[in-house]
Amino acid sequence: MGLKIKNQVIYNIVAFFLNQMHELGVTENIVNIALAKAGEAQANKVVQINLVVGELSGFVPDCIQFYFDSLSKDTIVQGAVLHFESVPTQLRCRICSTIFHPQDTLWSCPKCGGQSVEIFKGRELYIESMEVE
Amino acid sequence: MKKIEVIQNVLEANETIASRNRQLLDKHKVFAINIMSAPGAGKTSLILQTLTGLKGRLNIAVIEGDVASTVDAEKVQSEAKAVVQINTLNMPESCSLMAAMIESALKDMPLDNIDLLLIENVGNLICPSEFTLGEHKRVVISSLPEGDDKPIKYPLIFIDADAVIINKMDLLPHVDFDIAAFRRSIEGLNPKAAVFQLSCKTSEGIEKWCSWISKQVETNATKR
Repeated sequence: MGLKIKNQVIYNIVAFFLNQMHELGVTENIVNIALAKAGEAQANKVVQINLVVGELSGFVPDCIQFYFDSLSKDTIVQGAVLHFESVPTQLRCRICSTIFHPQDTLWSCPKCGGQSVEIFKGRELYIESMEVE
Repeated sequence: MKKIEVIQNVLEANETIASRNRQLLDKHKVFAINIMSAPGAGKTSLILQTLTGLKGRLNIAVIEGDVASTVDAEKVQSEAKAVVQINTLNMPESCSLMAAMIESALKDMPLDNIDLLLIENVGNLICPSEFTLGEHKRVVISSLPEGDDKPIKYPLIFIDADAVIINKMDLLPHVDFDIAAFRRSIEGLNPKAAVFQLSCKTSEGIEKWCSWISKQVETNATKR
């Protein structure tokens, strides 16, 4: 096991016991939504949950997966594959309206050089769809 | 196997409770401010200064959010109308206050006797930006020793702020903090935010900040 992976595992375990992350509550929501939607669809099993996560949102897929494995136990969601679709950050320049992916930490507009921007995409966190049986 | 469309915001559960909190606050004519910053930037000091500055003008209650301890609640309790301490250590989330924590804290508050509720969030520039509490205004404090690059490193929390405070102005001669660069970053990310430069140590700039709060409370009251 590489040091980086090992550290990540230790970090996740520590985070779990100290409840230091906000992914726990978020993962609870994911499980609850999945259970409700599967119930509505009269499904027996949830095979995959397709999540959309913005690059700027402060949620870590690995961490959600970690909590998901324990929170989904003994439910029809247990064992479901969490598929994360990452949405790259897109900013809109307030001066010239150009939409762009930030190239530098200052979020400067590549067209006019302006530094007045609003977030167009990248803060998403939602369940897009599910595959059920 | 079949695919079902969901399209449901995962944070909706928090947002639903937040809007319930907002309704309850509005019903009792309580104006709520969510105060966020990194640890040590001066959230408690700002609350203490605000309590003093608005004494006799507004009845103020405080919700203190910390991972552990009642240190902050003890500091503010003599001046505040009511104080509730939330310790997040044993909660599902400890890195930020959540709407559900505020909902339960509001049950212990004499809401009819309160005009202004100051909510001190957990010291953190990342997580609180994801969770609304039902507040009317969001305020972020940056202090000079932290450096002027915080809006660049943690843009989300500054983008959603209604006011940004630059605290510890008394330290300006001793630290390399470029006020103009910081203000330019805020202007770029969030041109609507009010920016205040103050020192909770010397009280410089506090009056201006307190006037802003009074005005917000008044404006909100006339809107209802």
